[in-house]
Amino acid sequence: MTAVTTSTVTAAPAAAPDERPRTRRRALAPGRRLPAARLAGPLLVLALWAAASAAGRLDPAAIPAPWTVLRTGVHLWTDGTLAGDIATSLQRAGYGFAIGLTAGVVLALASGLSRTGEALIDGTVQLNRAIPTLGLIPLFILWLGIGETFKIAIIAIVVYIPIYLNTHAALAGIDHRFVELAEVQGLSRARFVREVVVPGALPGFFVGLRLGVTGSWLGLVVLEQINATSGLGYLMFQATNYGQSDVILVGLVVYGIFGLVSDSVVRLVERRVLSWRRTLSS
Amino acid sequence: MAPHTEQLTRPAVRLQGLTRSFDGRTVLDGVDLEIPAGQFVALLGHSGSGKSTLLRAVAGLDHEVTGSGLLTAPERVSVVFQDSRLLPWRRILPNVLLGLDGRGAEERGRAALAEVGLAGRERAWPSELSGGEAQRAALARSLVREPELLLADEPFGALDALTRIRMHALLRELWKRHRPSVLLVTHDVDEAIVLADRVLVLDHGRIGLDLTVDRPHPRSYRDPLLSEYRTELLGALGVVEDTD
Repeated sequence: MTAVTTSTVTAAPAAAPDERPRTRRRALAPGRRLPAARLAGPLLVLALWAAASAAGRLDPAAIPAPWTVLRTGVHLWTDGTLAGDIATSLQRAGYGFAIGLTAGVVLALASGLSRTGEALIDGTVQLNRAIPTLGLIPLFILWLGIGETFKIAIIAIVVYIPIYLNTHAALAGIDHRFVELAEVQGLSRARFVREVVVPGALPGFFVGLRLGVTGSWLGLVVLEQINATSGLGYLMFQATNYGQSDVILVGLVVYGIFGLVSDSVVRLVERRVLSWRRTLSS
Repeated sequence: MAPHTEQLTRPAVRLQGLTRSFDGRTVLDGVDLEIPAGQFVALLGHSGSGKSTLLRAVAGLDHEVTGSGLLTAPERVSVVFQDSRLLPWRRILPNVLLGLDGRGAEERGRAALAEVGLAGRERAWPSELSGGEAQRAALARSLVREPELLLADEPFGALDALTRIRMHALLRELWKRHRPSVLLVTHDVDEAIVLADRVLVLDHGRIGLDLTVDRPHPRSYRDPLLSEYRTELLGALGVVEDTD
């Protein structure tokens, strides 16, 4: 009648091993995280690459050794080519991203806050989304010429769509009970937007923002490799013609750094702004 | 309660022939009701009897609902919902001050929080509060606006039994101090009897029973005299108690 399991468990630590507590279940969660878990995989790949290069198992014309890539990178940086190309690329992506971000947020708010706005905007954006943006490139070249404007326009479109879609979905998903609360508390329209709409839509906005950031780099790569006379993509495209695989790899590394840094920045901002959320990952 | 007698002559809420229907189904069928200023009224009814519809009509929350009738309600109305409805992205004090402006608002917010026993929790996030604490914060949010009428839609329905008893005492105490008219919607007969001075039963879209509970406060659930009210109310609700 006494507490059978607990008493045997505590009283018999030195007893036979099959007296161990049986209440403990098989752990199905993956368990504790390994230290520096995110870096382990990439570092392993890098090590294999270096080892294979050192052993002479890789064709240096196709896949140059890591140290060759590094040396080329340093060389390109010191003679100024790389810095100039990076600046050009960053400018394109930056302008396009800023325009896309603004358009996405403004359109989402207009469409989420008024039925007229929704009728005019939502269908149009959904239609725009159905057309692969990169398919618009030929038309945009005809309209805007082959200069910077068309590149920025394409990047802006690639960016605004995910930001619009996710922000709009988050706006539509704001709990109706909070709208009711705002009415009861007598909030003005502007205050309702500030206190309820914007904070409520932020989680969705950040999802869109991260997709938009990735999209801006994707658009940049495509645009620079087909129609450019400067920029990282152009540098890589030229390298193809001269068989400089190390230069191509330098370009890829820089693109990778762009993507990683921008995503980390967005995630950092997201964590600070959405600190009220206690999700599973925290 | 002598100082309040002259106040009681002025009705805070007046409904005349209030009718509301959803998709052709009549939920409120010509309700006539007057609530004097400062009276504590409980509204009982089965689920689906229209008690929430009535409360939402008085609160002015029933947009796009077809209906007719006359409705007079005071200017300053606060609502406490079944869920605390605190904005998860605002800390407790800004939640209490939601929609409130002007100088001294923050001081009043702090005072209201202290009154419901949440002093020192101003900077907590809603997710850090227990169910009872969140509901007390919601009470503070409605009190800080100094309402003439407090509407409460099953405010303790989601709380555990022990917390609910403590909240009853708190609500009654706050009412005594601020004297708003109260319309408390509930499905709990005992809650209605213990708290309210007048209990209404809503039946088929009309007030089926209007009962004045004339017992001193604080009331105990075990008060034998209250069981007569209980029997009468349950009868009006169509529930027959087994007395064995």
